[in-house]
Order: sequence, then C-alpha cells, then structure tokens
Amino acid sequence: MDKIYMDNNATTAVKPEVLEAMLPYFCEQFGNPSSVHWAGRMVGGAIDGAREKVAKLLNCSPAEVIFLSCGSEGDNYAIKGTAEALKDKGNHIITTSVEHPAVLETCDALEKDGFDVTYLKVDSNGMLNLAELEAAITDKTILISVMWANNETGNIYPIEEIGQIAKKHKVRFHTDAVQAVGKIPVDVRKANVDMAVISGHKIGAPKGIGAMYLRRGSRISRFMHGGHQERNRRAGTHNVPGIVGLGVACEVAGANMDRDYTFVRNLRDKLENGILSSIPDVKLNGHPDADLRLPNTLNVSFNFIEGESLLLFFDMKGIAASSGSACTSGSLEPSHVMGAMGVDVVLAHSSTRFSLGSGNSIEEVEFILHELPAMVQRLREMSPLYHRSEPTPLSCDECRMVHKTCA
Amino acid sequence: MYTEKVMDHFSNPRNVGEIENASGVGEVGNASCGDIMRISLQVDDGIIQDVKFKTFGCGAAIATSSMVTELAIGKTIDEALILTNQAVAEALDGLPAAKMHCSNLAADALHEAIKDYKERNVAA
Repeated sequence: MDKIYMDNNATTAVKPEVLEAMLPYFCEQFGNPSSVHWAGRMVGGAIDGAREKVAKLLNCSPAEVIFLSCGSEGDNYAIKGTAEALKDKGNHIITTSVEHPAVLETCDALEKDGFDVTYLKVDSNGMLNLAELEAAITDKTILISVMWANNETGNIYPIEEIGQIAKKHKVRFHTDAVQAVGKIPVDVRKANVDMAVISGHKIGAPKGIGAMYLRRGSRISRFMHGGHQERNRRAGTHNVPGIVGLGVACEVAGANMDRDYTFVRNLRDKLENGILSSIPDVKLNGHPDADLRLPNTLNVSFNFIEGESLLLFFDMKGIAASSGSACTSGSLEPSHVMGAMGVDVVLAHSSTRFSLGSGNSIEEVEFILHELPAMVQRLREMSPLYHRSEPTPLSCDECRMVHKTCA
Repeated sequence: MYTEKVMDHFSNPRNVGEIENASGVGEVGNASCGDIMRISLQVDDGIIQDVKFKTFGCGAAIATSSMVTELAIGKTIDEALILTNQAVAEALDGLPAAKMHCSNLAADALHEAIKDYKERNVAA
C-alpha cells in the first residue's frame, strides 16, 4: 500500500477537472475583471459562470453569492458584519460550544467589545437541545450561528429546525457550512438560512478561495474595505482562477453527491464497524446514528494511548489521519469539541479522526483494519495507563510546563 | 518535524516496561496535559543497573523516555541526578521548540524514581 489519505476534512486534493478549468486563467485570461478593456472583459464571464454554479449548489440566487478568501474569512465577515450592522437592535449572539475556531474566536473577540454570547452546550453525543436554543433567545438577540456539520465528529445539526426557530423569532441565522457542503445537500432556502459559508479546499478546489451566501436584503457591515468588487461587499481583486475552480468544484460536487455519499459512506461504515469490532476499549465520538453524521467522518478514541503517537505510527505506514490531542490541536488543551461533549480527558487526547473521500478505496480500508490493531496494542503496551490499578493522575496542579504550546 | 534519532527512539523504543520489585519508581505528568511518564529503576551499590519506562504521550514523550533509560543505565544515582531534560533532548539531536516544555519530562521522571529509591532506603 502506497499512500492513504484520510484527512479530507482538513483539506482535499484539487480535482483534475477543477485544475483544468482553472489553468487558462493564469497566463492567457489573466485580466482583472474590474478593468474595462479586452483583458478584463475576457474574464468577467468566468466569474459570473462560477457564481451561478455556487448558487445552484446552495439553492440561492447568484446575486446572493460573495466570493472571499476562505471559510474563516466568511465566518468573521458574517458574524462581525452582522454584529456591527445590527448593534442598534441588540448585542446578544447565540452559538454553540463545538463551532470551528473561526466562529468561537470571533465571538470571543466580540465579547471583548461588549457583546453577550451564549455558547450552547452539547450532549455526550455532541448534539444540541433545540429547546435550550430557543429559550436562549432574548429581545437583544441579533444572531444565531450554528455549524451545518462538525469538522471533528461529522455530526450534522438540524439546520432546518433551527432555521424555523430563527424565523419565528426574527433572528438572523448564520451557518458555517464548510464541512457539510459537497457531502450532503445544503439548501439555504429550504433551511431558512440567512448566511452560509463554504470553503473551496474542502471540496476539491484550491486553498485560498471561499464563498458566502448572504440572503438578499440582509444588512451587513463591510469587513474588507477597498474597491467595489462583489457589489461593494468584499473589496479585493477577484481571485479569478480560484473562483473558477470553486465554481467547477461545486458543479462536480452537486452532480456526484448521491454517488459519492453512498460510496464514501460504505467505506466509512466498513472502517467504523471493523475498528469497533476488532479493537477493545475504543469509543466512538459523535452521534451513534450514522445517518446523523457526515458520510465520510469517523472519530474514535483508542483508550490509553495519545493521538499524536498513533498518527506517527500511521504515517510510517503511509496513512494520513488527524487527532484531537493537545499536541496536534496546537493549543494547551485537547480538542474543545471533545471537551464540550464531556469526553474523558485521556480519551480526548486519544481521539483520532478519519475523514474519507471519493478517492479512497475498499483496499485502503482493509489495509488500515489489518494494520491498526497491532499499532494500538504496541502503544498500549508502552502506556502506564493500560492495565493500571492506581488512579490516573488527571489534574494539572503541578504543571511543569512554563508555557505549553504544542505545535 | 522530528529528528532521525527521535523517530528511531519512537519507533524502536528501548527498555519499555516495568521492573518487578524495582528499587524506585517515579511518575510525572498528568492526563490533562496529555503526557504521563513512569520510570522504574533497579539500583545496586548506588549504580543504576536497569531502567524501564512506560509513557502515555506524543512522539517526543516516548522518544525522550526511551533516551533517558539509555543515558541512565550504568550511571551512579548522583550522576543520574544531574542529567537534565535539556541533555536528553540534545542526545536526540534536539526536539521541536514546541515540544521542549510539554513533552520533555523524562529526566524529571528519572529523578522522581531516584527520590523514591532514596526514601525507601532511608526508611529501611
């Protein structure tokens, strides 16, 4: 087995048809679409075409699509732009404790500016209580932000029901749809969403391009100041090749969605069932009902071992996956998503995510299932927590770290 | 990210396990930080005859644990007490900067084991 890539929630390879569509826009059709001359005119159509493709996948009007640089920019723009534009109406925002840092850190920054933020808890399966969400709404609430699907567990949130609640209370609703789009249907009209953010590199377009759906008529403050691109909503010269790539990636994702869902889901289910049946002391993180998770995502904790060490063993066999351990999360703590779900701290450090794609094969799943038990057992034999009789030292009262910054 | 020596000690760790009826046992770290290292010693005539380790932690944590066992075997307890986390990292040709604090605790675990050995002998 050569190389196995199962980290598609981190990023994906650019699809060949996407790259092919982009190539003419580097050297031949290089113009700035804001220019009046022939070079500018050459590329205007390409932007319009891409906008239509994105709009079709999200079921909105092309005029409601704003191109920007990435998912994080979209989340920042949606939340900060709404907070600024609607601050005369209120200062309360509702979000969840399992959002991507692009949402959580943005809300944290707004709290410092005087906004109140409610971070909804999740249960041990990582799901929300919608009655709690509705009860959190006050006359000061200006925004609800709930991700369409979670990047770590793959949990899919009931966006249509939340959209109904938002509509009933006339509160704007933003969703980070970065992980959901392309994997499951994302219909912003049906779900009554006001703002939805997507990112190109999660669906076979390159890094550095994203888009936001903004419902027609929604007031939002500018985030990027400068030129008049994107109907004055997002300054900056258009990333023409990236936009063209995102358009094609959306078109391909829409055309292949049913087929890819079935194919990837079958591989993921086989991997999931294989791991749970062949390795003891493994915990599934996320909703046990596979229909309520993205078809490609599997998050499991191999008890008694730390995630990074397992990823290194994987890497030696050419397998790329990811972990929620502190040393891979880039922070002091293991994954905040595992923490929000109340996952035991050792299990949080042990959490391992496989995120599959249509490029994976049944042979790859079988290879992993063949190699994995021995890797896990080897690390367990090395672990002082395996077969331990004394209690596990849990707390950090005597942390020896001056500053623990794991990269 | 890791040096060849780190990867060598990570993939082929030396002296994994726990010594039965050890002269001293030391453990440092905790689960919230994601690193726990446990060292057991066999000491005869003030000389460390054998060291074994068990570690829950990342690649750097396992490699430093393995390295400290190699560095300690054959040393007197006084020599082992002056072995630093820094020296262990250097013996591995260095660790990534981010790992210097969080996963470089192996010498501390060794020192805890020596402390345990000394306490047991005072008690006896």
